Amino acid sequence: MTRQAPKPDRRIFDPHIHMTSRTTDDYAAMYESGVRALVEPSFWLGQPRTSPATFYDYFDALLGWEPYRAAQYGIAHHCTLALNPKEANDPRCTPVLDELPRYLLKDGVVAVGEIGYDSMTPAEDTALAAQLQLALDHDLPALVHTPHRDKAAGLARTLDVLRESGLPPERVVLDHLNETTVGAAADSGCWLGFSIYPDTKMDPDRMVRILRVHGTGRVLVNSAADWGHSDPLKTSHVADAMLAAGFDEDDVDQVLWRNPVAFYGQSGRLSLDVAPAGERGQQLHEGNSILRGGE
Amino acid sequence: MLTPLASLRTGLELQLTAESRAWLHRALAEAADVRGDVSAAGLPRWELHFVTAGRKCHPVPRDCATSDPVDAARVLILHAAAPGTETLTRLYTRGTGDERRAVLLALPHLDPPPDTAAALALVEDALRTNDTRLIAAALGPYAAAHLSAHQWRQGVLKCLFTGVPTAAVAGLEHRAAGDDELARMLEDYARERTAAGRTVPEDLGHLLKLARFEETAESEETEEREAR
Repeated sequence: MTRQAPKPDRRIFDPHIHMTSRTTDDYAAMYESGVRALVEPSFWLGQPRTSPATFYDYFDALLGWEPYRAAQYGIAHHCTLALNPKEANDPRCTPVLDELPRYLLKDGVVAVGEIGYDSMTPAEDTALAAQLQLALDHDLPALVHTPHRDKAAGLARTLDVLRESGLPPERVVLDHLNETTVGAAADSGCWLGFSIYPDTKMDPDRMVRILRVHGTGRVLVNSAADWGHSDPLKTSHVADAMLAAGFDEDDVDQVLWRNPVAFYGQSGRLSLDVAPAGERGQQLHEGNSILRGGE
Repeated sequence: MLTPLASLRTGLELQLTAESRAWLHRALAEAADVRGDVSAAGLPRWELHFVTAGRKCHPVPRDCATSDPVDAARVLILHAAAPGTETLTRLYTRGTGDERRAVLLALPHLDPPPDTAAALALVEDALRTNDTRLIAAALGPYAAAHLSAHQWRQGVLKCLFTGVPTAAVAGLEHRAAGDDELARMLEDYARERTAAGRTVPEDLGHLLKLARFEETAESEETEEREAR
Protein backbone atom coordinates (compact mmCIF):
# COMPACT_ATOMS: atom_id res chain seq x y z
CA MET A 1 0.00 0.00 0.00
CA THR A 2 1.39 3.42 -0.89
CA ARG A 3 1.29 5.98 1.90
CA GLN A 4 -0.37 9.27 1.10
CA ALA A 5 0.73 12.42 2.87
CA PRO A 6 -1.96 13.12 5.47
CA LYS A 7 -4.12 16.13 4.81
CA PRO A 8 -3.00 18.92 7.13
CA ASP A 9 -6.41 19.07 8.77
CA ARG A 10 -6.70 15.31 9.41
CA ARG A 11 -7.41 14.66 13.07
CA ILE A 12 -7.09 11.24 14.64
CA PHE A 13 -8.22 9.99 18.06
CA ASP A 14 -6.56 6.67 18.94
CA PRO A 15 -9.12 5.13 21.33
CA HIS A 16 -6.77 2.42 22.64
CA ILE A 17 -2.99 2.72 22.92
CA HIS A 18 -0.51 1.94 25.74
CA MET A 19 1.77 4.98 25.65
CA THR A 20 3.55 3.97 28.86
CA SER A 21 5.42 1.49 26.64
CA ARG A 22 6.16 3.97 23.84
CA THR A 23 8.84 6.59 23.23
CA THR A 24 8.75 10.32 22.62
CA ASP A 25 9.65 9.56 18.98
CA ASP A 26 6.31 7.76 18.81
CA TYR A 27 4.49 10.78 20.23
CA ALA A 28 6.15 13.03 17.63
CA ALA A 29 5.36 10.64 14.75
CA MET A 30 1.77 10.24 15.95
CA TYR A 31 1.31 14.01 16.05
CA GLU A 32 2.79 14.25 12.56
CA SER A 33 0.28 11.64 11.32
CA GLY A 34 -2.66 13.63 12.72
CA VAL A 35 -3.14 12.14 16.20
CA ARG A 36 -4.46 14.85 18.54
CA ALA A 37 -6.10 12.72 21.24
CA LEU A 38 -5.82 9.22 22.66
CA VAL A 39 -7.10 6.95 25.40
CA GLU A 40 -4.68 4.73 27.30
CA PRO A 41 -6.43 1.76 28.91
CA SER A 42 -4.75 0.21 31.93
CA PHE A 43 -3.67 -3.32 31.17
CA TRP A 44 -1.09 -6.02 31.82
CA LEU A 45 2.48 -4.69 31.71
CA GLY A 46 4.11 -7.85 30.35
CA GLN A 47 5.65 -8.60 33.74
CA PRO A 48 3.08 -9.88 36.26
CA ARG A 49 2.56 -7.63 39.30
CA THR A 50 2.54 -9.01 42.81
CA SER A 51 0.86 -6.35 44.93
CA PRO A 52 -1.95 -3.81 44.67
CA ALA A 53 0.37 -0.84 45.35
CA THR A 54 2.12 -1.30 42.00
CA PHE A 55 -1.26 -0.88 40.31
CA TYR A 56 -1.83 2.40 42.13
CA ASP A 57 1.54 3.74 40.99
CA TYR A 58 0.59 2.69 37.45
CA PHE A 59 -2.82 4.39 37.71
CA ASP A 60 -1.09 7.51 39.10
CA ALA A 61 1.24 7.53 36.09
CA LEU A 62 -1.77 7.30 33.74
CA LEU A 63 -3.25 10.34 35.55
CA GLY A 64 -0.05 12.35 35.96
CA TRP A 65 3.16 11.73 34.09
CA GLU A 66 1.74 10.25 30.88
CA PRO A 67 -0.79 13.07 30.21
CA TYR A 68 2.05 15.52 30.85
CA ARG A 69 4.28 13.71 28.35
CA ALA A 70 1.48 13.59 25.75
CA ALA A 71 0.66 17.29 26.18
CA GLN A 72 4.23 18.23 25.30
CA TYR A 73 3.62 16.66 21.91
CA GLY A 74 0.27 18.37 21.38
CA ILE A 75 -1.82 15.28 22.21
CA ALA A 76 -4.70 15.12 24.73
CA HIS A 77 -4.37 12.04 26.95
CA HIS A 78 -7.16 10.27 28.84
CA CYS A 79 -7.25 6.82 30.40
CA THR A 80 -9.46 3.93 31.38
CA LEU A 81 -8.77 2.14 34.68
CA ALA A 82 -9.50 -1.41 35.82
CA LEU A 83 -8.06 -4.64 37.14
CA ASN A 84 -7.23 -6.43 33.87
CA PRO A 85 -8.61 -9.94 33.24
CA LYS A 86 -5.23 -11.67 33.30
CA GLU A 87 -4.19 -10.35 36.71
CA ALA A 88 -7.73 -10.72 38.08
CA ASN A 89 -6.68 -14.37 38.47
CA ASP A 90 -3.96 -13.56 41.02
CA PRO A 91 -5.42 -13.19 44.53
CA ARG A 92 -2.48 -10.91 45.45
CA CYS A 93 -3.86 -8.35 42.96
CA THR A 94 -7.62 -8.53 43.52
CA PRO A 95 -7.66 -5.93 46.39
CA VAL A 96 -7.30 -3.42 43.52
CA LEU A 97 -11.06 -3.87 43.06
CA ASP A 98 -11.64 -2.24 46.47
CA GLU A 99 -9.53 0.84 45.64
CA LEU A 100 -10.90 1.35 42.10
CA PRO A 101 -13.99 3.35 43.21
CA ARG A 102 -11.74 6.22 44.32
CA TYR A 103 -9.68 6.15 41.14
CA LEU A 104 -12.72 6.06 38.88
CA LEU A 105 -13.72 9.51 40.19
CA LYS A 106 -10.63 11.18 38.70
CA ASP A 107 -11.02 13.79 35.97
CA GLY A 108 -8.91 12.01 33.32
CA VAL A 109 -10.80 8.68 33.54
CA VAL A 110 -13.21 8.23 30.62
CA ALA A 111 -14.19 4.55 31.03
CA VAL A 112 -13.73 1.40 33.09
CA GLY A 113 -11.30 -0.85 31.24
CA GLU A 114 -9.79 -3.01 29.99
CA ILE A 115 -12.11 -5.56 31.52
CA GLY A 116 -13.32 -8.84 30.01
CA TYR A 117 -11.98 -12.36 29.67
CA ASP A 118 -8.53 -13.82 29.21
CA SER A 119 -8.85 -17.52 30.11
CA MET A 120 -12.53 -17.44 31.13
CA THR A 121 -12.03 -18.47 34.75
CA PRO A 122 -14.39 -17.99 37.72
CA ALA A 123 -12.07 -15.25 39.03
CA GLU A 124 -12.45 -13.42 35.71
CA ASP A 125 -16.25 -13.80 35.96
CA THR A 126 -16.17 -12.12 39.36
CA ALA A 127 -13.89 -9.26 38.30
CA LEU A 128 -15.86 -8.58 35.13
CA ALA A 129 -19.22 -8.45 36.89
CA ALA A 130 -17.84 -6.30 39.73
CA GLN A 131 -16.28 -3.81 37.34
CA LEU A 132 -19.39 -3.54 35.13
CA GLN A 133 -21.19 -2.57 38.34
CA LEU A 134 -18.47 0.05 38.99
CA ALA A 135 -19.10 1.48 35.50
CA LEU A 136 -22.80 1.80 36.35
CA ASP A 137 -22.04 3.35 39.78
CA HIS A 138 -19.67 5.94 38.25
CA ASP A 139 -21.76 6.67 35.17
CA LEU A 140 -18.84 5.58 32.98
CA PRO A 141 -18.71 3.58 29.74
CA ALA A 142 -16.80 0.28 29.69
CA LEU A 143 -13.95 -0.89 27.45
CA VAL A 144 -14.31 -4.66 27.15
CA HIS A 145 -11.39 -6.71 25.86
CA THR A 146 -12.39 -9.88 23.97
CA PRO A 147 -10.06 -12.83 24.54
CA HIS A 148 -7.29 -13.75 22.09
CA ARG A 149 -7.83 -17.50 22.54
CA ASP A 150 -11.24 -19.11 21.98
CA LYS A 151 -12.49 -15.69 20.84
CA ALA A 152 -16.00 -16.51 19.59
CA ALA A 153 -16.91 -18.49 22.73
CA GLY A 154 -15.34 -15.74 24.83
CA LEU A 155 -17.45 -13.12 23.13
CA ALA A 156 -20.64 -15.13 23.67
CA ARG A 157 -19.89 -15.42 27.39
CA THR A 158 -18.99 -11.71 27.55
CA LEU A 159 -22.34 -10.78 25.98
CA ASP A 160 -24.21 -12.90 28.57
CA VAL A 161 -22.47 -11.10 31.44
CA LEU A 162 -23.09 -7.71 29.80
CA ARG A 163 -26.82 -8.42 29.49
CA GLU A 164 -26.99 -9.39 33.16
CA SER A 165 -25.09 -6.24 34.19
CA GLY A 166 -27.74 -3.80 33.02
CA LEU A 167 -25.11 -1.55 31.44
CA PRO A 168 -26.69 -0.20 28.22
CA PRO A 169 -24.93 -1.57 25.09
CA GLU A 170 -24.29 1.94 23.74
CA ARG A 171 -22.02 2.48 26.76
CA VAL A 172 -19.87 -0.57 25.97
CA VAL A 173 -17.14 -1.08 23.36
CA LEU A 174 -16.19 -4.66 22.53
CA ASP A 175 -12.55 -4.51 21.50
CA HIS A 176 -10.16 -6.61 19.40
CA LEU A 177 -12.96 -7.83 17.15
CA ASN A 178 -12.35 -9.55 13.82
CA GLU A 179 -14.29 -11.17 10.96
CA THR A 180 -15.43 -14.06 13.14
CA THR A 181 -16.79 -11.96 16.00
CA VAL A 182 -18.02 -8.74 14.37
CA GLY A 183 -21.48 -10.14 13.51
CA ALA A 184 -22.44 -11.16 17.04
CA ALA A 185 -20.91 -8.00 18.46
CA ALA A 186 -22.84 -5.79 16.03
CA ASP A 187 -26.10 -7.57 16.90
CA SER A 188 -25.53 -6.77 20.58
CA GLY A 189 -25.82 -3.01 20.00
CA CYS A 190 -22.40 -2.39 21.58
CA TRP A 191 -19.71 -0.25 19.92
CA LEU A 192 -17.30 -2.26 17.77
CA GLY A 193 -13.57 -1.90 18.47
CA PHE A 194 -10.85 -3.09 16.10
CA SER A 195 -7.12 -3.23 16.84
CA ILE A 196 -4.86 -2.92 13.81
CA TYR A 197 -1.58 -4.79 14.20
CA PRO A 198 1.40 -5.50 11.94
CA ASP A 199 0.96 -9.32 12.06
CA THR A 200 -1.88 -10.35 14.35
CA LYS A 201 -5.38 -9.02 15.07
CA MET A 202 -6.61 -6.85 12.14
CA ASP A 203 -4.82 -5.13 9.23
CA PRO A 204 -5.86 -1.93 7.36
CA ASP A 205 -7.25 -3.63 4.26
CA ARG A 206 -9.31 -6.18 6.22
CA MET A 207 -10.54 -3.24 8.33
CA VAL A 208 -11.74 -1.48 5.20
CA ARG A 209 -13.65 -4.59 4.10
CA ILE A 210 -15.43 -4.69 7.48
CA LEU A 211 -16.28 -0.97 7.19
CA ARG A 212 -17.81 -1.67 3.75
CA VAL A 213 -20.09 -4.35 5.20
CA HIS A 214 -20.94 -2.82 8.60
CA GLY A 215 -20.71 0.90 7.79
CA THR A 216 -18.84 3.62 9.64
CA GLY A 217 -21.22 4.08 12.59
CA ARG A 218 -20.46 2.68 16.07
CA VAL A 219 -16.95 1.61 14.94
CA LEU A 220 -13.72 2.46 16.80
CA VAL A 221 -10.34 1.78 15.17
CA ASN A 222 -7.23 1.67 17.34
CA SER A 223 -3.56 0.76 17.17
CA ALA A 224 -3.54 -0.90 20.63
CA ALA A 225 0.22 -0.30 20.38
CA ASP A 226 2.06 -1.56 23.46
CA TRP A 227 5.31 -3.28 24.42
CA GLY A 228 4.88 -5.99 21.77
CA HIS A 229 5.25 -5.89 17.99
CA SER A 230 2.80 -3.10 17.19
CA ASP A 231 2.66 0.26 15.42
CA PRO A 232 1.23 3.52 16.82
CA LEU A 233 0.66 4.83 13.27
CA LYS A 234 -1.81 2.08 12.31
CA THR A 235 -4.74 4.48 12.76
CA SER A 236 -3.41 6.73 9.99
CA HIS A 237 -2.73 3.66 7.82
CA VAL A 238 -6.43 2.80 8.11
CA ALA A 239 -7.30 6.38 7.11
CA ASP A 240 -5.11 6.00 4.01
CA ALA A 241 -6.62 2.60 3.19
CA MET A 242 -10.15 4.01 3.56
CA LEU A 243 -9.41 6.85 1.12
CA ALA A 244 -7.76 4.44 -1.34
CA ALA A 245 -10.89 2.26 -1.20
CA GLY A 246 -13.23 5.14 -2.03
CA PHE A 247 -14.33 6.37 1.40
CA ASP A 248 -14.15 10.16 1.70
CA GLU A 249 -12.50 12.47 4.24
CA ASP A 250 -15.74 12.81 6.18
CA ASP A 251 -15.96 9.01 6.61
CA VAL A 252 -12.35 9.03 7.84
CA ASP A 253 -13.13 11.85 10.28
CA GLN A 254 -16.17 9.97 11.55
CA VAL A 255 -14.34 6.70 12.22
CA LEU A 256 -11.07 8.16 13.47
CA TRP A 257 -12.30 11.22 15.38
CA ARG A 258 -16.05 11.72 15.84
CA ASN A 259 -16.82 8.11 16.85
CA PRO A 260 -14.27 7.93 19.70
CA VAL A 261 -15.30 11.43 20.83
CA ALA A 262 -18.94 10.27 20.91
CA PHE A 263 -18.15 7.04 22.77
CA TYR A 264 -15.81 8.41 25.44
CA GLY A 265 -17.74 11.69 25.55
CA GLN A 266 -20.46 9.72 27.37
CA SER A 267 -18.22 10.01 30.45
CA GLY A 268 -18.67 13.80 30.45
CA ARG A 269 -14.92 14.02 31.16
CA LEU A 270 -13.28 14.42 27.73
CA SER A 271 -11.18 17.56 27.54
CA LEU A 272 -9.67 17.95 24.10
CA ASP A 273 -7.91 21.32 24.29
CA VAL A 274 -4.15 20.92 24.22
CA ALA A 275 -1.68 23.58 23.06
CA PRO A 276 -1.47 23.43 19.24
CA ALA A 277 1.75 22.30 17.58
CA GLY A 278 3.02 25.85 17.06
CA GLU A 279 3.18 26.46 20.80
CA ARG A 280 4.85 23.18 21.62
CA GLY A 281 8.39 24.21 20.82
CA GLN A 282 8.69 26.39 23.87
CA GLN A 283 7.65 23.50 26.09
CA LEU A 284 10.36 21.21 24.81
CA HIS A 285 13.76 21.05 26.42
CA GLU A 286 16.62 21.08 23.91
CA GLY A 287 13.98 21.21 21.19
CA ASN A 288 13.46 17.46 20.87
CA SER A 289 13.14 15.75 24.19
CA ILE A 290 10.96 15.40 27.21
CA LEU A 291 11.81 18.08 29.73
CA ARG A 292 14.30 16.50 32.05
CA GLY A 293 16.31 17.46 35.07
CA GLY A 294 19.71 16.85 33.53
CA GLU A 295 19.89 13.18 34.48
CA MET B 1 -6.65 45.11 51.49
CA LEU B 2 -7.83 41.62 50.58
CA THR B 3 -5.88 38.64 51.84
CA PRO B 4 -4.30 36.49 49.08
CA LEU B 5 -7.05 33.87 49.52
CA ALA B 6 -9.88 36.41 49.44
CA SER B 7 -8.54 37.91 46.23
CA LEU B 8 -8.07 34.39 44.81
CA ARG B 9 -11.74 33.70 45.53
CA THR B 10 -12.95 37.01 44.09
CA GLY B 11 -10.85 36.51 40.97
CA LEU B 12 -12.20 32.98 40.56
CA GLU B 13 -15.86 33.93 41.01
CA LEU B 14 -15.51 36.60 38.33
CA GLN B 15 -14.20 33.98 35.90
CA LEU B 16 -16.83 31.27 36.41
CA THR B 17 -20.08 30.47 34.67
CA ALA B 18 -23.19 30.77 36.87
CA GLU B 19 -23.44 26.97 37.13
CA SER B 20 -19.80 26.62 38.16
CA ARG B 21 -20.18 29.43 40.68
CA ALA B 22 -23.08 27.57 42.28
CA TRP B 23 -20.92 24.42 42.38
CA LEU B 24 -18.10 26.36 44.05
CA HIS B 25 -20.41 27.77 46.74
CA ARG B 26 -21.75 24.30 47.49
CA ALA B 27 -18.26 22.78 47.53
CA LEU B 28 -16.90 25.42 49.91
CA ALA B 29 -19.93 25.18 52.20
CA GLU B 30 -19.60 21.40 52.40
CA ALA B 31 -15.84 21.68 52.94
CA ALA B 32 -16.41 24.03 55.89
CA ASP B 33 -19.08 21.74 57.39
CA VAL B 34 -17.37 19.95 60.27
CA ARG B 35 -19.92 17.11 60.26
CA GLY B 36 -18.10 15.83 57.17
CA ASP B 37 -20.83 13.79 55.45
CA VAL B 38 -19.50 10.83 53.52
CA SER B 39 -20.30 10.48 49.80
CA ALA B 40 -19.76 7.90 47.08
CA ALA B 41 -16.56 5.81 47.28
CA GLY B 42 -16.42 6.45 51.04
CA LEU B 43 -14.95 9.93 50.59
CA PRO B 44 -16.02 13.01 52.56
CA ARG B 45 -18.15 15.18 50.25
CA TRP B 46 -15.50 17.91 50.08
CA GLU B 47 -12.94 15.39 48.80
CA LEU B 48 -15.32 14.43 46.03
CA HIS B 49 -15.49 18.11 45.02
CA PHE B 50 -11.69 18.39 45.24
CA VAL B 51 -11.24 15.38 42.93
CA THR B 52 -13.93 16.29 40.37
CA ALA B 53 -13.19 20.04 40.16
CA GLY B 54 -11.70 19.68 36.67
CA ARG B 55 -15.07 18.81 35.19
CA LYS B 56 -17.25 20.99 37.44
CA CYS B 57 -15.41 24.28 37.39
CA HIS B 58 -15.71 26.03 34.03
CA PRO B 59 -14.70 29.60 33.27
CA VAL B 60 -16.70 31.83 30.97
CA PRO B 61 -14.82 31.60 27.65
CA ARG B 62 -12.50 34.60 27.30
CA ASP B 63 -9.52 35.39 25.17
CA CYS B 64 -7.08 35.25 28.02
CA ALA B 65 -7.62 33.65 31.40
CA THR B 66 -5.44 35.17 34.10
CA SER B 67 -5.06 31.99 36.13
CA ASP B 68 -6.23 28.39 36.16
CA PRO B 69 -9.70 28.38 37.73
CA VAL B 70 -9.50 24.69 38.64
CA ASP B 71 -6.28 25.22 40.60
CA ALA B 72 -7.89 28.16 42.41
CA ALA B 73 -11.05 26.18 43.23
CA ARG B 74 -9.06 23.25 44.62
CA VAL B 75 -6.91 25.56 46.77
CA LEU B 76 -10.04 27.23 48.19
CA ILE B 77 -11.65 23.84 48.90
CA LEU B 78 -8.52 22.68 50.74
CA HIS B 79 -8.43 25.87 52.77
CA ALA B 80 -12.10 25.52 53.72
CA ALA B 81 -11.74 21.85 54.63
CA ALA B 82 -8.54 22.44 56.64
CA PRO B 83 -7.42 18.79 56.27
CA GLY B 84 -4.93 17.22 58.67
CA THR B 85 -1.42 16.49 57.47
CA GLU B 86 -2.21 12.81 56.95
CA THR B 87 -5.15 13.61 54.64
CA LEU B 88 -3.09 16.17 52.77
CA THR B 89 -0.34 13.61 52.18
CA ARG B 90 -2.86 11.06 50.93
CA LEU B 91 -4.45 13.59 48.56
CA TYR B 92 -1.01 14.30 47.12
CA THR B 93 0.37 10.79 46.92
CA ARG B 94 -2.75 9.33 45.31
CA GLY B 95 -3.65 12.45 43.34
CA THR B 96 -3.57 13.19 39.63
CA GLY B 97 -0.93 15.65 38.43
CA ASP B 98 -3.49 18.45 38.77
CA GLU B 99 -4.53 17.41 42.29
CA ARG B 100 -0.88 17.24 43.40
CA ARG B 101 -0.27 20.70 42.03
CA ALA B 102 -3.26 22.05 43.98
CA VAL B 103 -1.96 20.53 47.24
CA LEU B 104 1.41 22.24 46.68
CA LEU B 105 -0.23 25.57 45.87
CA ALA B 106 -2.40 25.34 49.00
CA LEU B 107 0.46 24.70 51.46
CA PRO B 108 1.10 28.35 52.44
CA HIS B 109 -2.64 29.03 52.91
CA LEU B 110 -3.65 26.18 55.21
CA ASP B 111 -4.91 27.02 58.67
CA PRO B 112 -3.84 25.28 60.83
CA PRO B 113 -0.57 24.89 58.92
CA PRO B 114 0.49 21.33 58.06
CA ASP B 115 3.32 19.58 59.88
CA THR B 116 6.41 21.20 58.35
CA ALA B 117 8.43 18.01 57.80
CA ALA B 118 5.50 16.22 56.13
CA ALA B 119 4.68 19.22 53.92
CA LEU B 120 8.34 19.57 52.91
CA ALA B 121 8.36 15.88 51.98
CA LEU B 122 5.64 16.69 49.41
CA VAL B 123 7.59 19.70 48.10
CA GLU B 124 10.73 17.58 47.77
CA ASP B 125 8.78 14.82 46.04
CA ALA B 126 7.52 17.33 43.48
CA LEU B 127 11.04 18.66 42.94
CA ARG B 128 12.22 15.12 42.12
CA THR B 129 9.70 14.86 39.27
CA ASN B 130 10.26 16.11 35.75
CA ASP B 131 6.76 17.59 35.51
CA THR B 132 7.38 21.32 35.11
CA ARG B 133 3.92 22.20 36.46
CA LEU B 134 4.74 20.39 39.71
CA ILE B 135 8.23 21.88 39.93
CA ALA B 136 6.85 25.42 39.53
CA ALA B 137 4.12 24.82 42.13
CA ALA B 138 6.62 23.31 44.58
CA LEU B 139 8.75 26.46 44.58
CA GLY B 140 5.97 28.71 45.90
CA PRO B 141 5.88 30.74 49.12
CA TYR B 142 5.91 27.59 51.28
CA ALA B 143 9.28 26.50 49.88
CA ALA B 144 10.56 30.07 50.13
CA ALA B 145 9.79 30.04 53.84
CA HIS B 146 10.71 26.47 54.80
CA LEU B 147 12.85 24.61 52.27
CA SER B 148 16.47 23.95 53.26
CA ALA B 149 19.14 26.00 51.47
CA HIS B 150 20.52 22.94 49.66
CA GLN B 151 17.12 21.73 48.40
CA TRP B 152 16.09 25.25 47.45
CA ARG B 153 19.26 25.79 45.36
CA GLN B 154 18.72 22.40 43.67
CA GLY B 155 15.15 23.49 42.91
CA VAL B 156 16.27 26.77 41.37
CA LEU B 157 18.87 24.99 39.25
CA LYS B 158 16.23 22.47 38.17
CA CYS B 159 14.10 25.36 36.92
CA LEU B 160 16.96 26.42 34.66
CA PHE B 161 17.41 22.80 33.50
CA THR B 162 13.74 22.22 32.71
CA GLY B 163 12.83 25.64 31.35
CA VAL B 164 10.61 26.74 34.24
CA PRO B 165 10.91 30.56 34.29
CA THR B 166 12.62 31.57 37.55
CA ALA B 167 9.89 34.20 37.92
CA ALA B 168 7.82 31.24 39.17
CA VAL B 169 10.11 30.89 42.21
CA ALA B 170 8.60 32.69 45.22
CA GLY B 171 10.90 34.90 47.28
CA LEU B 172 13.67 34.55 44.72
CA GLU B 173 15.29 37.93 45.30
CA HIS B 174 15.28 37.51 49.06
CA ARG B 175 16.63 33.97 49.15
CA ALA B 176 19.16 34.28 46.32
CA ALA B 177 20.68 37.55 47.54
CA GLY B 178 24.27 37.00 48.59
CA ASP B 179 24.06 33.19 48.25
CA ASP B 180 27.66 32.35 47.30
CA GLU B 181 26.95 28.64 46.93
CA LEU B 182 24.10 29.35 44.50
CA ALA B 183 26.39 31.69 42.57
CA ARG B 184 29.01 28.95 42.28
CA MET B 185 26.42 26.44 41.04
CA LEU B 186 25.12 28.92 38.47
CA GLU B 187 28.62 29.71 37.19
CA ASP B 188 29.45 26.01 36.93
CA TYR B 189 26.24 25.40 35.03
CA ALA B 190 26.93 28.31 32.66
CA ARG B 191 30.42 26.90 32.05
CA GLU B 192 29.01 23.43 31.34
CA ARG B 193 26.51 24.85 28.84
CA THR B 194 29.15 26.96 27.11
CA ALA B 195 31.59 24.03 26.90
CA ALA B 196 28.89 21.99 25.16
CA GLY B 197 28.28 24.78 22.66
CA ARG B 198 24.83 25.45 24.10
CA THR B 199 23.18 28.70 25.06
CA VAL B 200 23.02 29.77 28.70
CA PRO B 201 19.41 30.18 29.94
CA GLU B 202 18.33 33.82 29.89
CA ASP B 203 17.32 33.77 33.55
CA LEU B 204 20.78 32.73 34.68
CA GLY B 205 22.46 36.13 34.32
CA HIS B 206 19.89 37.92 36.44
CA LEU B 207 20.00 35.20 39.05
CA LEU B 208 23.78 35.32 39.21
CA LYS B 209 23.74 39.07 39.76
CA LEU B 210 21.31 38.55 42.65
CA ALA B 211 23.48 35.85 44.19
CA ARG B 212 26.64 37.94 43.74
CA PHE B 213 24.86 40.92 45.35
CA GLU B 214 25.47 42.90 42.18
CA GLU B 215 21.83 43.64 41.54
CA THR B 216 20.84 45.97 44.34
CA ALA B 217 18.55 48.97 44.37
CA GLU B 218 21.69 51.11 44.31
CA SER B 219 23.17 49.49 41.21
CA GLU B 220 19.83 49.78 39.38
CA GLU B 221 19.83 53.49 40.11
CA THR B 222 23.38 53.75 38.79
CA GLU B 223 22.38 51.90 35.63
CA GLU B 224 19.44 54.23 35.17
CA ARG B 225 21.69 57.29 35.58
CA GLU B 226 24.16 55.86 33.10
CA ALA B 227 21.38 55.09 30.64
CA ARG B 228 20.29 58.71 30.77
